[in-house]
Amino acid sequence: MRSDFGIIDQTIRSFTIARKSIRIFYAKGPVIVFGLLFPIFLFLSFTIGRNMTLDFMLPGFLGMILFFTATSISPVVVPWEAQARTLERLMSCPVRLETIIMGDVLASFAFGTAISLVPVVIGLALGITVSSPILFAFAIILAAICFASLGNVFSIPPTNIPATVNMIAAAVRFPVIFISGIFIPLDELPTWGQAISYISPLTYFTDIARNSIQGQSHLPLFVDFLALLGFTVLFLVVAMKMHQRTMPRRI
Amino acid sequence: MNDGFAVRVKNLTKHYGQVVAVDHISFEVKQGELFGFLGPNGAGKTTTIRMLIGVIRKDHGEASVMGYPAGSLRAKQLSGVVPEMANAYIDLSGWDNLMLMAELYRTPVHVAKKQAEVLLHALGLYERKDSKTSTYSMGMRKRLLLAMALINDPQILFLDEPTSGLDVQSARAIREMLRNLRKEGKTIMLTTHNMDEAAELSDRVAIINRGRLVAVDTPDGLSITAGRVSLIDVSFDQPVDEKILARLPGVNRLETAQAIEDAEKLRAQMAMTGTSRPGGVGGGRGQMPSLSGRQISADGNEGAKRSGNRFRFYTENTTQLVNALVDFSRASSLNMNILNVRPPSLEDAFVRLTEEKSREK
Repeated sequence: MRSDFGIIDQTIRSFTIARKSIRIFYAKGPVIVFGLLFPIFLFLSFTIGRNMTLDFMLPGFLGMILFFTATSISPVVVPWEAQARTLERLMSCPVRLETIIMGDVLASFAFGTAISLVPVVIGLALGITVSSPILFAFAIILAAICFASLGNVFSIPPTNIPATVNMIAAAVRFPVIFISGIFIPLDELPTWGQAISYISPLTYFTDIARNSIQGQSHLPLFVDFLALLGFTVLFLVVAMKMHQRTMPRRI
Repeated sequence: MNDGFAVRVKNLTKHYGQVVAVDHISFEVKQGELFGFLGPNGAGKTTTIRMLIGVIRKDHGEASVMGYPAGSLRAKQLSGVVPEMANAYIDLSGWDNLMLMAELYRTPVHVAKKQAEVLLHALGLYERKDSKTSTYSMGMRKRLLLAMALINDPQILFLDEPTSGLDVQSARAIREMLRNLRKEGKTIMLTTHNMDEAAELSDRVAIINRGRLVAVDTPDGLSITAGRVSLIDVSFDQPVDEKILARLPGVNRLETAQAIEDAEKLRAQMAMTGTSRPGGVGGGRGQMPSLSGRQISADGNEGAKRSGNRFRFYTENTTQLVNALVDFSRASSLNMNILNVRPPSLEDAFVRLTEEKSREK
């Protein structure tokens, strides 16, 4: 037996859970297609006819894709597993609840990151240049973890009905894209609008992406990164603490 | 570290709101023992098992598994679990479900593969190992769940109604596997509604009712001390008036052939639902349940005269009643084609104990 139940041991087990979730919940044709198409059409409906340049559109488009894909499946994984009674099986294994949550977050992160590569590749093919590729890649990874963690927060209410969780998630996800500088640059928002935008983690990723692609940003980069990191930690802590309370009520 | 005990439970309690699901229960399971955990639906069996496997938290009391606190990672690592409902990942094949479990228990891959092959062969699933579990029958899924519970070669197995709702072949395969595991020295804690299964497999059984432990003993010990009442099946060569038979010394209750069938059905139903009725199987003298109007009390107080030639007697004094039956048949010039004495069963003990406690409440 190779178990000391320390952080490395539990991390290995959370990767196992993530691989399982990707295989069962994410690696499905309709999920991938919907993950791409939905944000594309939503984005196009707000951008067509507004004479936006590609270098302005791409950061917002990328932010939307990353946000929607990383938060699309993670809210419903726990309700699905509870409904299928596989959650009980998982919880009886030698894994902490935090390990299960990290596994779900990792799966969602991997899905969001993989799908977001599509607009990045399209942008590069169309001649867009990224000023600092490493920083940009790091921002995508950090934002994907942040959004995946937020997706997990949506699944906290102890309902095993995926539609209910989706409704809760939609009530947050849609307003967020309108206050995050995707369609309107933050500098052009009124002061109160800017104040509201700061409560959205998507704002900071979009700002980093604009800096990397357009060379200009609303906030200093280190503020954007710190804010994303702060939101990630907050979402993870909330998810882990609150799931401790609600998870037994799902069984 | 675990003093020869695989499970130790002391004053374990769990509330759901105002409802006390498990009420200060205490028991121990020895290492290598097959421990039956019986009770009607809603008695607290599954809640107890769930606390022991760490799926839900206890409110009060102490519980340890293999010397480690119940629900701790070390306890879980040493345990195998078959929950009540089938819960393999239906989008994965049987083989992939086993490999997933092996990874979650961090069983080395080469060991897991070997173990998986052995288990799949033993449980008759090898031919279908690559099929998605969604295509499996209920019996196959239950067998797969048992294989999943055994993939990490656990020291203790928790089985929550592993044979419930299964066809005969699947139930047999699981029971056979449990017998072999017991021979190998594994500790097994088993909940079941099937009294014959519990009596056949268990070294000791505990009976829980309404969250409280009402008895812990060997199946035979429980049958004798709690069952008390023996059954005597008799068939005469001619019809006999039931009222006369009901007055024989030692008769607690008497049933006709039709009533025997009805009673069996009702007993099975009661064992499943945990409902109680006044009197009941093995009830004291004069406590006669009303079953289809075909039962005659010891004082013979039944309106319509009924007769037949097959009867079942319930008695707490077998010798006295057998002697009385022999004397009666001689005196009446009757022949007894069948005289079958059945000792008290675990089922009788179960029904009696769960009824008594229900009445006390």
